[in-house]
Order: sequence, then structure tokens, then C-alpha cells
Amino acid sequence: MPFGVRPIVRRKPPRAVRRRRFLLAVANHSLLIAAAIAFLAPVTFITLTALMTNQQALSADLWPRPFRWSNFADVFHQAPILRWTFNTMMYSVLATLGVLVSSIPVAYALSRLRWRGRDAVFLLVLATLMLPPQVTVVPLYVMWSKLDLVGTLWPLIIPVWLGDAFSIFLLRQFFLTIPEEYLDAARVDGCGELRILTTVVMRLAKPAIAAVALFSFLYTFNDFFLPLLYVGENPHNWVLSIGLAQFRNLHQVQWNLTMAATLLVMLPVIIVFFLAQKAFVEGVTLTGVKG
Amino acid sequence: MTVTRAAATSAQDVAALPAIVVDRRRTRRRAAWRRRRLVLLLMSPWIVGFTVFFGYPLVMSAYLSFTHYDLLNPPKWIGLANYRYMLQDDPQFWGAVRNTLWLVAFMVPAQVLFAFGVALMLSRARQGVGFFRTIFYLPALVPPVAATLGFVYILNPANGPVNTILGHLGISGPLWFQSPQWSKPSLTLLAAWAVGNVMIIFLAAILDVPRHLYESAQLDGAGPLQRLRWVTLPSISPVMLFAVIIGVIQALQYFTQAYVAWNIAGGQASQAGSVSTVELGYPEGSTLMYPILLYQNGFRYFHMGYASAMAMLLLGVAFVLTLIILRNSRRWVHYAGAAR
Repeated sequence: MPFGVRPIVRRKPPRAVRRRRFLLAVANHSLLIAAAIAFLAPVTFITLTALMTNQQALSADLWPRPFRWSNFADVFHQAPILRWTFNTMMYSVLATLGVLVSSIPVAYALSRLRWRGRDAVFLLVLATLMLPPQVTVVPLYVMWSKLDLVGTLWPLIIPVWLGDAFSIFLLRQFFLTIPEEYLDAARVDGCGELRILTTVVMRLAKPAIAAVALFSFLYTFNDFFLPLLYVGENPHNWVLSIGLAQFRNLHQVQWNLTMAATLLVMLPVIIVFFLAQKAFVEGVTLTGVKG
Repeated sequence: MTVTRAAATSAQDVAALPAIVVDRRRTRRRAAWRRRRLVLLLMSPWIVGFTVFFGYPLVMSAYLSFTHYDLLNPPKWIGLANYRYMLQDDPQFWGAVRNTLWLVAFMVPAQVLFAFGVALMLSRARQGVGFFRTIFYLPALVPPVAATLGFVYILNPANGPVNTILGHLGISGPLWFQSPQWSKPSLTLLAAWAVGNVMIIFLAAILDVPRHLYESAQLDGAGPLQRLRWVTLPSISPVMLFAVIIGVIQALQYFTQAYVAWNIAGGQASQAGSVSTVELGYPEGSTLMYPILLYQNGFRYFHMGYASAMAMLLLGVAFVLTLIILRNSRRWVHYAGAAR
């Protein structure tokens, strides 16, 4: 703003106003701190309990005395956590790969190519996103059981190799923001559409692709309904979420160990978040911008 | 390359006109065909996936809902019997409907308002925004099974930390997951804790509201509350709509938390008497959500025809609810630049 034409409103506000603003800021920050404590409390209590003896976990004590770090090792003796972790990783990695391979081309066709019926197809994609999975689950279960794949993780992995609605939606939103000039420049240079997709678009869309991969990892890691449905009866193929849910009831395990296992399952997600914080927040915002 | 081809065509133009027209038409048709083939190629994963994993099961679900089917014997046509049993005789059906509608009526608004409140506070913060944002966002990532386990322990009425602290303050805490009145509010608490995604979207929307709108409102003498009501709320109403729709869709398929909470809390209660079977939707069916009942019928008792009938009803309700929200939204959603 040029110096001479500073509007009158920008004058230093009177003292009373400044004081009121200061008090408002203090009130706001106190509220924030209170909310932050409330948000941290559950994880704090889980951690403290994970370090207690079983007797203490059943008592009204809040602070572990002594700290039993061996609980975390005991969890591994109580249950095949490594087996569950391996299964989870297999599901995560294969599903995420599939999401990327299948959803990127679909999102490109839905955003940067012009063809008849495109908008109608996009609406269909959104409709599948709205559909509760329970609506289609019975015939799909019948189908997988006829293929003799119930009890394995394949019914969870194969479908996402054929396009995942949420990822298509998110990638399309991002592809739309790429300026047409970049694509035209590549076309003038003699690039075919496939080359444009694999070079120009994918390079520009790295943040969105990273976000999709992260969400896919997170979704598969946290998924409970589908694993319960397809591998619930086959402990050999249990993933972490199923194992953790059964952990307590299976062996009548104590609360301190249950909380230690809970914490162990939370850990990977939290680590991934801190490694990729920016991609997360950008991705979440992207889903809402054009909502 | 394109230029040389164009030059060549115009040179031939003079010589033989009709041949060129045919030739050009053919190239154009070939180009269109090539483009169509490209679209088909790029879309092919989705086309196959949509047909096999949505189209086919939807039609099949509709068919199975009129049959008796237990996976072993071929489906037997029984007409509307499944629907009649569902609406008239199933002792658990209406309870499950009520529980799920409770989520739509109370959990979703609570979640949206809470996310909005937290985002509003964050947008006003001057210090430590990144720190607070991380703390409020992180719980959204915590695996739902782990979060539910944690909450069932923390809120356990016997010696859980929350009731212990409430006791120190002279309040006798409720029974939380052990009480039919408190089990759904406890789940709501869990949902509020994991509200980070919606909160981030709200925060981005609030920070996107043009400053000059606030300034002109202030010049017109609007106080902070009036600015919230007449500037912030209308500006972010599309995002609000998005949050409500997503919330309702998630409430209709709410499964994991209720399923785990009922199993763990129920297991905890029955441990003393070493009862191995936990009552469905413990306590007193208060956590028996619609999708859980569907799951039980379809995949525990293998009443797959009946489960399909429940699925059809769920499909209808999801469709109607989304339509209602979208239609009513015109009254309260304000799109910038759109004529009203």
C-alpha cells in the first residue's frame, strides 16, 4: 500500500481497543491450551498404563511405579505381532501400488482429455464414493468365496488395482489445476498423451500423488471392516487391526499389555505423519477445496 | 512437424481437391478413433472395476434380497418375505435403525460444530499455530481400533483414569461404555477426538475468507459475533455442506468403533462370570449399529438374502438422505459469485 494514502482505519487503535484485543487473544490461547491438553490426555493415559504392572493398571493409580519397559517386549511374546505386521505391510504396499497404477490414468482421462460422457462418468465415480461398502458386500463375498479367496488378503487388494474412487477424485482435482499451456507445449513438441501423462503431469502432480499414496497407506493400515470380513476366520492372515481387536479377548490379556500393544499399533502412523506432514495437510485441504 | 504436414497439404490442395477432402476426412476420423481408443485405454481399469465391484454386486444384491440364501444351497425365491421380516418381526432391526439415526442426529452435528470451533480458535491464534494444529490433527490418523481400545480403558468406570480424576474433583463419573445411556455419547467423544480431517478443511476455508469482507463489516459496525454470523459462516458454508455430507455417509456405515467397543466393554463385563459370548450391541443393544446387524446376519448367521434386503434399504436411505441435504442446502449454502 502506497505511503500517502494509508486509510484512517489503519491508525494505531485506541488503548481500550488494544487492551480488549489483548485480552481476547489471551482467552483464545487459554482455550487452545485447554483443548490441546484434552486432545493429548488419551494418548498420555494409554502410554502411562502401558508402562504399569497389571495390578497397577487395575487400580486407581495414574502414575506407573516402577516403569515397566519390559511390557513392550512381553506384547511380542503374547501374540504374533510380527506376523500381523508383515500381513499389514503386504496389504498396504500392494494396495497402494495398485491405487497409483490404476487411478492416475483414470484421473487424467477424467480431467485433461475431452470426450463425450466424461462428466456423467465422473458423477458415477463420485456415486461409488458415496455408497456404503455394506451395500455391495454380500454378492462380493459370494464371488470371492466361489473363487476360493476368502481367508486371504486378495479380496482387499485386487479391487483397488481396478481404480479407487477417492484417489481418482483427489488426483482429478489436482490435475485440473495444472495450466493447459504446459500440456500444449508438450503437444507442440510432439508428445503423445501417454508421454505427457508420464512426464509432464506426473512430475507436476508429485504432491497429489504423494498425498494419495499416504492416504492409501493410512486407509489400509486402519481398515477393519474388510479384513474382518475376509480374513477374520483365518488368524494366519490377520492384519494388525484385527489382531489388536482380538488381542484382549483371545488370551484374557491384561490391560497394561493391551495398552502397550495399542501404542505400538499407533506408532507407525504417527511416525509417517511426522515424516510427511506437509503432504498430509495439503492432501486433506485438496479434498475440501472443491467440495 | 505439424507445420510441414500443413504445408504439404496446401501444396496438394491446388492439384487435386476432391482426393484431399477424402484424405483429410480419413485422417480426422482416424485421429478421433485414436483418441477414443486412448480414453478407453486410460479408463479401462475403472470400467472393469466399476462393472465387477459395483454394477454386478448392486444388481445381484437386489436379486438376493428377494431370496433365501445361505451360500451353500442355491438362492430360493421368497418374494418380499425378507422385507416383511425386517420391518415387522426382526426384534433387533428397529433398535439398530434408531442407533444409527442417533449417530446422524447427534454425532454428526457434534463433530461438525466441534471441528468448526477448534478451527475457529486456531485461525485466531497468533502463536504456536503449527504446534496446536499438529496436536488437533494427529488423533484423526490413529487407527480406529487402537483409539477405541484406548477409550474403553480410559473411560472404564471401575478404575479408569477419567473417572478417577472426576472422583478427585468430587464428581462421580458415569458408566460410559458400560451404560446404555452413555455408550453412544462415549462413542461421540471418541469421534470428536478424531475430528482432525474436518478441522483442517474448516481451517483452510476460514483462512480463505477475504480480509476485506471483515473490514467492511467492521466499518459497518458489526461486532465479532455478527462478523462470525454474517461473514465467516456464509463464506464457509460450502465446506460446511461438504463436512455434513461426509459425516452423514460415515455415520451410515459406522462400524469399527461400535463393534470394537461392544466387544471389549462386553468382554470386560463378562470376564468376571467368564461368559464367552458377548451380548450383541452390549450394553442392552445400545451400540448395535445398522451395518453391524447387517454383518451379523450376512456373515455370522449366513442369512445372505436377508442381509441383502438390509443392504438395499441402506442404499435407499443413503440416497434419500444425500438428496435431502443437497436440496435443503440451497437455503443455507452461499456460493461466492453465484446469483441467489
